[in-house]
Amino acid sequence: MCFWQNYPLYIRSVPTQNELKFHYTVHTSLDVVEEKISAVGKALGDQRELYLGLLYPTEDYKVYGYVTNSKVKFVIVVDSSNTSLRDNEIRSMFRKLHNSFTDVMCNPFHNPGDTIQSKAFDGIVSGMMVQTA
Amino acid sequence: MDQESGAASAGSFISLNEHEQRYYSGLHGLCQADTSGKLSSSKVAELFKASQLPPESLHKVTEVCGAKRLGYFGTSQFYVALKLLAAAQSGLPIRLESVTANLPLPRFVGLKNEPEMRYSTVPSCIDAQGAQCGSAPGSLIWTPADRNTFRHLEASTDKKEPWSPPRSPCSSPPRSPLTYRSYPYAKQRNGVDPQIAYESKHSSRPIVQLEQHSSPSKYGTKPTVEHPAMAQASSVERLEQQGVSDYTEDDPWRITEEQLEYYTNQFKSLQPDLGALILGAVAKNFFTKSKLPIPELSHIWELSDVDRDGALTFSEFCTAFHLIVARKNGYPLPETLPPSLRPGFMQHEEDIPDTHESAGPLIVFEDPGRRPNQMVKQSDPSIMQRLQPSLISTKQDLKEESSKQDVKMLATSQDKETLQLGAFPERPEPPQDLDPQMKTKTRPRSYSSTSIEDAMKKAEEPPTPPPRPQKTHSRASSLDLNKLFQQGAPGVKSGWLLPPPALPPRPTASQVSHFIGTSEKTVQSKVQQPNFADFSHFREEEESSVKPEDQGPHSRFGLSTEDMTNPSQQDMTAASHNQPPQKPVRRKYLPESQNLETVPPPAVPFPPPAKTPQKLLPRQKREIQQAIRKNRETNAVLTRLNSELQQQLKVVHKERVTLESQLELLRPLAST
Repeated sequence: MCFWQNYPLYIRSVPTQNELKFHYTVHTSLDVVEEKISAVGKALGDQRELYLGLLYPTEDYKVYGYVTNSKVKFVIVVDSSNTSLRDNEIRSMFRKLHNSFTDVMCNPFHNPGDTIQSKAFDGIVSGMMVQTA
Repeated sequence: MDQESGAASAGSFISLNEHEQRYYSGLHGLCQADTSGKLSSSKVAELFKASQLPPESLHKVTEVCGAKRLGYFGTSQFYVALKLLAAAQSGLPIRLESVTANLPLPRFVGLKNEPEMRYSTVPSCIDAQGAQCGSAPGSLIWTPADRNTFRHLEASTDKKEPWSPPRSPCSSPPRSPLTYRSYPYAKQRNGVDPQIAYESKHSSRPIVQLEQHSSPSKYGTKPTVEHPAMAQASSVERLEQQGVSDYTEDDPWRITEEQLEYYTNQFKSLQPDLGALILGAVAKNFFTKSKLPIPELSHIWELSDVDRDGALTFSEFCTAFHLIVARKNGYPLPETLPPSLRPGFMQHEEDIPDTHESAGPLIVFEDPGRRPNQMVKQSDPSIMQRLQPSLISTKQDLKEESSKQDVKMLATSQDKETLQLGAFPERPEPPQDLDPQMKTKTRPRSYSSTSIEDAMKKAEEPPTPPPRPQKTHSRASSLDLNKLFQQGAPGVKSGWLLPPPALPPRPTASQVSHFIGTSEKTVQSKVQQPNFADFSHFREEEESSVKPEDQGPHSRFGLSTEDMTNPSQQDMTAASHNQPPQKPVRRKYLPESQNLETVPPPAVPFPPPAKTPQKLLPRQKREIQQAIRKNRETNAVLTRLNSELQQQLKVVHKERVTLESQLELLRPLAST
């Protein structure tokens, strides 16, 4: 999920049954991201990790956050049962997201603030989600 | 569609069967109905002549159908006229009553656009006109080879050209094969398209291909195909001037030469330098004119901007433009770049065989002043409908066709229809082939449309913003800057030229003091001193300047100002050293100095250094140096005056001294 000024530019989730919950989780995670941003002023490009671990006893999933220099926030929600995912993998995922996002931004027909409709972006995200799934 | 509505209206008082309706609407389109529904009388006249009826019957037909009364051929009049022509051709009297008869379709000899009887399931027509049609289509029949050649010919023919030129070859081919009609249709297309009023590069290539299917019926199905093509692409043929190789490929994704040329022109209109990049914003404005939806444009951008830099190089621009053209023609956007549009395509056109995409409707960048796409698009469905039956029939022909091209063409045309109509069961294989191939290559049919589109775009786009100054581009290489300068951006040049030190004109006082310091020297030498100083500087600059000789005087002058500021002594000494190597340069300067001496007035004819127009740097320097030279001239004049005055001062001093001495000598005498 990709946020810009705290409203979503792009939302994608693989298991659709809990989609609403993911949405909710992501939105709440935004608060945590904001908090971290304000805490560490200049480390905007920092690949912040928002490791929540077990949010609820019944379900566990990890929420990772990432902020670009332009205050665009990326949030990835990963099922904790998929513990094979390491931190580096998450970081590489964010990097890929960021790259494809910049490609989308480079497109003159894309106005910043519009929802991202780029097929290439979708393809990359799908590819990543398939990997994690 | 206009034609269909016209047919409907025409059918209100005359009954047209399905084939007739199609045929007539095809002819109607052929005759280039303008927006008001009137048909071009010249085209109608040609059509009538093609019917090979005596002139008086033609007049009668015109009279009866009501066109004479109205003064123009409306749709209904046209249809009535066609019916009457059919009646006349079958020997019936030309009267309104004849219209109601079940007549065969009128025949037109050499008519490019013979909507023929593709649908030809009108047995009566076929039977009745079997022989006749034979003659008519005979001209239309083209062998595959002819077809290609014709295609080329068509491409070469002027699009506006009426049917006549294309017709000539038509007559030659034997009728018996009755295979390809495409060529005549293509030609018709050329003439037809007033509606389209733009050149579509993809002209009829697809149409031609359709034509190539050997129509099962004697009357080639192509006409139907072509008819739509005709309606769409007028100047398309022109675009078909590609080499034969292009035809063999028939890849819609391949950019033809005409298209390339058009793209180049468009690129130049945005960015004079072919090696530079078009900024994203510029490209956005440009491509937005194509009236494609933004998501599609965004997708096209993603496909074409391969280096992801937010700007388009020339090849990227061509790719994007071509994708837009294809999209406008109805080709769905590929998910990935077709191989023929890959960045390497510019250098070598890959022969990617097959193609399938038949020419879709021509792409037209909507130009408010031109016929909108709607006409084309409206015609597309009808065309598609027409194509379908033709395709069905042609499919058989396709199978019969041995030449690969034919297959391709059929496939493309058929494929196109499948893509567009989505209901083409017929060619199971070709469409499937085409679909995957679509992503890679499609027939260049769209080229014709692109040409039209391009023409329209051209009309639209002259008001595009002027080429952006390259200097704003972050990626502008130094080469670009050089090119920029070559293109003569004086403003930029002057700005860019500032780096060379542009000293303000030195006050002559310093120069004078300099001269005084070396008063023993002759004026000439004095004058030369700055030259020497200049020489020293000049020599330095000479090394760096592109054209030392030419710039020598300029640089010298330019440097002389610097010399003024710098301690002249050093310069002089250095200059003395520098003099020998700079003798040739100095010699140039010497005449000037001599002139200075000889011509006290400020008119110092400095020989303008030979300016080599080729290099930008010298030119720019020259400009600056010209300005500097003027200052230097004034300086020289002033220095000369100064020296002269100095001499006079000396003389006066001497006189004074002598007078004083005399006075002293005389004083004792006076006192005494």
